Amino acid sequence: MAETIRLEVARYRPEEETEPTFDAFEVPFRKDWVVLDALNYIKDKLDGTLSYRWSCRMGVCGSCGMMVNGEPKLTCATFLSSYRSGTVRVEPLQNFPVIRDLVIETTDFLRKLKSVKPWIVAQNGASSQQGEFLQTPDQLNAYKQYSMCINCLICYAACPVCGLDSHFVGPAAIALAQRYNLDSRDQGSDQRLDILSQHEGIWGCTFVGECTQACPKQVDPAGAIQRYKLTAATEWLKSLLPLGSAK
Amino acid sequence: MKTASTYTEFHPRWHRTRISTYWWMGRWAYLKFILRELSSVFVACFVVVTLLQLQALNRGPVQYAEFQRWLQKPSVIALNGISFLFVLFHAVTWFNLAPRALVVRIGGKRIPDIAIAAANYVAWLVLSAAIAWLMIV
Repeated sequence: MAETIRLEVARYRPEEETEPTFDAFEVPFRKDWVVLDALNYIKDKLDGTLSYRWSCRMGVCGSCGMMVNGEPKLTCATFLSSYRSGTVRVEPLQNFPVIRDLVIETTDFLRKLKSVKPWIVAQNGASSQQGEFLQTPDQLNAYKQYSMCINCLICYAACPVCGLDSHFVGPAAIALAQRYNLDSRDQGSDQRLDILSQHEGIWGCTFVGECTQACPKQVDPAGAIQRYKLTAATEWLKSLLPLGSAK
Repeated sequence: MKTASTYTEFHPRWHRTRISTYWWMGRWAYLKFILRELSSVFVACFVVVTLLQLQALNRGPVQYAEFQRWLQKPSVIALNGISFLFVLFHAVTWFNLAPRALVVRIGGKRIPDIAIAAANYVAWLVLSAAIAWLMIV
């Protein structure tokens, strides 16, 4: 008889339930299967009503973040073999409202992300029609790490501040702001500083550091936030000087 | 829990999980963070004791001898012992986190995290040795 593994999957059907419950499923255990494969098996063979997000299956789209045995993980990169000795408990990412089963509501994150202007702000009148914006490898390396963010929201699930303070802008949005601040083609850092130097921005972070530990793309949002704190403090000190930075 | 259907197509009810007051007890990383925050109280405690010690020293040998007798009380020794452990924890956790905040580049190359942390530990040792030398000599 083929080996199986037990999955306990959080279910929330708002038309029927006021609280989430768990459904248990036995799925085939295969060494090359990740948790997402097991969820797809359940959806295809056992219970077609199970709802969850996924797309690329290769750690690029950032859709399939879920809590696996209490840890925020990309389910497409989390192998069943890591949990061979016990049950795999799959829940929606914590610190977000749940719409249905494993599907979370992300509108609030998208609003916060937009507020930090995660795009190149060109104020010197330069246009791409005038030619390419050339960059040296060193200039690229200055921000490349932060550009690897896939908006999977795993850092938000790992961060206790995100759960306790719904106004906190959060790790990924700040890391992406830093990605553009460090880009040699961008001139929007002053605009972002106004937003991120507020209490709900960088100063809301208490440096737990779990966002960096949990990040599947090694973006290091905690590092980005601490670096930004140094920048904001320096700018504040400069503003106190008579000939400080003029905006 | 099954209830009567209250589903509305355009306004689905989202479920929000309430965060427990004891959220920090479920995971070592969170507990470590809370202990690090708590350690600030003991750092302040150490500072206050040192300031009181300097004040007693300034007042003269009688007052300083009296302060030293106070330091030898078991309750004060216990408080200082606990404070010392928390200050040690505070210093080690912050030095280990320092490379997250300090990105130093020399000649276009980023200085490795371990070198940043090591610089903090070396500065700590040198300053401690200098203060110890001042107190002993």
